[in-house]
Amino acid sequence: MKSSLKKEKHPMEKLLRMDRIPHIWCPGCGIGNAVSAFAEAVQKLNYDLDELCVVSGIGCTGRAAGYIKTDSFHTTHGRGIAYATGVKLGNPELKVVVISGDGDLSAIGGNHLIHAARRNIDITVICVNNFIYAMTGGQVAPTTPNPAYTTTSPFGNFEAPVNIPRVVEAAGAVYVARWTALHMRRMKESIIEALNKPGFSFVEVIAPCAMYYSRINRLGDGLNMMKFYYDNSVIKHGEPTENLDIGYQEEIIIGKFIDRERPTFSESLKSWKEEHGKGGEGDEE
Amino acid sequence: MKADPRDVLTGTYYIDGDVAIAYGALAAGCKFLGGYPITPSTAAAEAFARKAPQVGARFIQIEDELGSIASVLGASWGGQKSMTITSGPGFSLMMENIGHGAATETPFVIINVQRGGPSTGVPTSTGQADMMQARWGSNGDYEVIALAPDSPQEGFDFTIKAFNLAERYRVPVMVMADECIGHMTEKVVIPEASEIDIEPRRFFKGKKENYKPFKRDKSLVPPMAKAGDGYKMYITGLTHGENGHPLLNKKKLPDLDSAEVIDKKSTNRYLVEKIIKNKEEIIELGEENLEDADIIVVSYGIISRVAYRAVELARKDGLKVGILRLITVWPFPDEKITELAERVKGFVVAEVNYGQIAFEVDRCSRGKTNVTLVPHGGASVHDPDDIYRAIKEAAAEKKRYKGLREYTTSMELSVFGESLEEKYSK
Repeated sequence: MKSSLKKEKHPMEKLLRMDRIPHIWCPGCGIGNAVSAFAEAVQKLNYDLDELCVVSGIGCTGRAAGYIKTDSFHTTHGRGIAYATGVKLGNPELKVVVISGDGDLSAIGGNHLIHAARRNIDITVICVNNFIYAMTGGQVAPTTPNPAYTTTSPFGNFEAPVNIPRVVEAAGAVYVARWTALHMRRMKESIIEALNKPGFSFVEVIAPCAMYYSRINRLGDGLNMMKFYYDNSVIKHGEPTENLDIGYQEEIIIGKFIDRERPTFSESLKSWKEEHGKGGEGDEE
Repeated sequence: MKADPRDVLTGTYYIDGDVAIAYGALAAGCKFLGGYPITPSTAAAEAFARKAPQVGARFIQIEDELGSIASVLGASWGGQKSMTITSGPGFSLMMENIGHGAATETPFVIINVQRGGPSTGVPTSTGQADMMQARWGSNGDYEVIALAPDSPQEGFDFTIKAFNLAERYRVPVMVMADECIGHMTEKVVIPEASEIDIEPRRFFKGKKENYKPFKRDKSLVPPMAKAGDGYKMYITGLTHGENGHPLLNKKKLPDLDSAEVIDKKSTNRYLVEKIIKNKEEIIELGEENLEDADIIVVSYGIISRVAYRAVELARKDGLKVGILRLITVWPFPDEKITELAERVKGFVVAEVNYGQIAFEVDRCSRGKTNVTLVPHGGASVHDPDDIYRAIKEAAAEKKRYKGLREYTTSMELSVFGESLEEKYSK
């Protein structure tokens, strides 16, 4: 049967690799929301897409780089931020964004997360936090609340979860915000602010994992969870990050927590050079 | 292309191998070094850090080795010639991204100033026991190139060579130096920039829309693009096709089962072929007196210098001994060894490990001749006498084609003071 419907173009066609769609994410997953918010932010900022570069690590969110039509890199597990550091130093003109998951960024990549924030490297990190290792089939994550069930915490997780905003703030990030996957407009605004902020900016997106986290914990489907996070979140801008721990099915504090100035890596390097490093003729800056 | 005079510290120096390696990298046009300190390679990173501002290069001390190599890959795609410097344990930590570099055909250089191992081993003393790790360290099938310098001068020369090979074949290239070379101070001559050949990066010239990151031409090596030039490329460590996107997507390729996809559509085969098919171009060997030799000593790196002395001693006794020095260790000169095995009485392989390259020599001699391993546990190097004794023993061997591998340890393991059999038979 011939469809009489007019074939409409996807509004984000310029930014997404339409030939890769349908994507691999499950129905009810929150990663797509984060990618949409990012795409909308980039569109709103009217960036020259040639100057944008997206780096991901491994895992479900790690696949984000594959759907965004910029120069994009799908790197090894945990090394996205270090890779991005190299890209940024290799081509300082680029706007470099890391989109990856909580396991990738805070567990195996925890060291790079801390040190990139400390150096205040000019990159934006978007961390999709679904409290679980999803691509590998639902194992416990450093963010898994207490006492959620996962396949490797079959009797409930007893470890204290990491509060990522607190870690990056302590390390020196200049911008830290958190939203849930349903706060599309606010998340987009936050990503815009983060992209505009020179230095290390960090946006956490609380997202459901419909396939593993919600199923093993009997929390309904992805949409139920997304709704739950949305309904049980309270916006508290400027909340001290020490209060941002996330409990099991408890209230989640969201908002913009940190927005401060610190010399970025590039600025420090420049002033250091002016003071000490009389470069030779070959010096590019 | 000739080197940029601004990058070349022309002159005659009295420096150690680590520093020579750093100067070699600068001369090759390396603009990014991401590293993490580890003995005995640190002096190289330090020397690079000192000189980097003069040539507009960037040194950054990343928080660990895993990050160092990741940043090197990133910087390479950012358009810079880039490298990292490390030693044994750090080399182990870098393995995953060496595989990523091979899979994504990212050109970069890794300097491994080897130390004794395993594990932390002997940080301040020498070893050659990372040779197999260099070849097979990361998961999966791939080919790399590894060079083995025998002096600070070669540290300089081979680092340039490594960058040239990395750019030409889009492959991780390793300079397998060792502590002796790293810490040995000798005369190093850095020529004028006009005398140094540099391989420029080959960038894609066609229309941007037509760019496929892994589409190759006759040379089997695809031209490159750099992040920021608007090619909107997608680079992944997943098994991919010419366009860089992962395969095994049932929705996209519903008719093919996974084995067929990998065999027919992925670029995996080329990772191996681009090196193997260009082997003749890549492999460089040091050969001496091979024509009439009965015995051939195979060695590489610092031990080739010891081997030269051993051969000298043997010659005085009228033994027909030749030397085959592996300048390029990987890819391995299979055909050369096979050809020599047909006509010599035996190979003597001296190396600072308990047999890594000796296995390769034995593999390639296909049972046609004897292979004698002269091992060393590390922390120092052989006495020339040890190798000399092994040569003499091999030359005295009656049966020419044994067909079987026989390793005779001509050197007592001095750390134990007695042979292992003796020790444990008591």
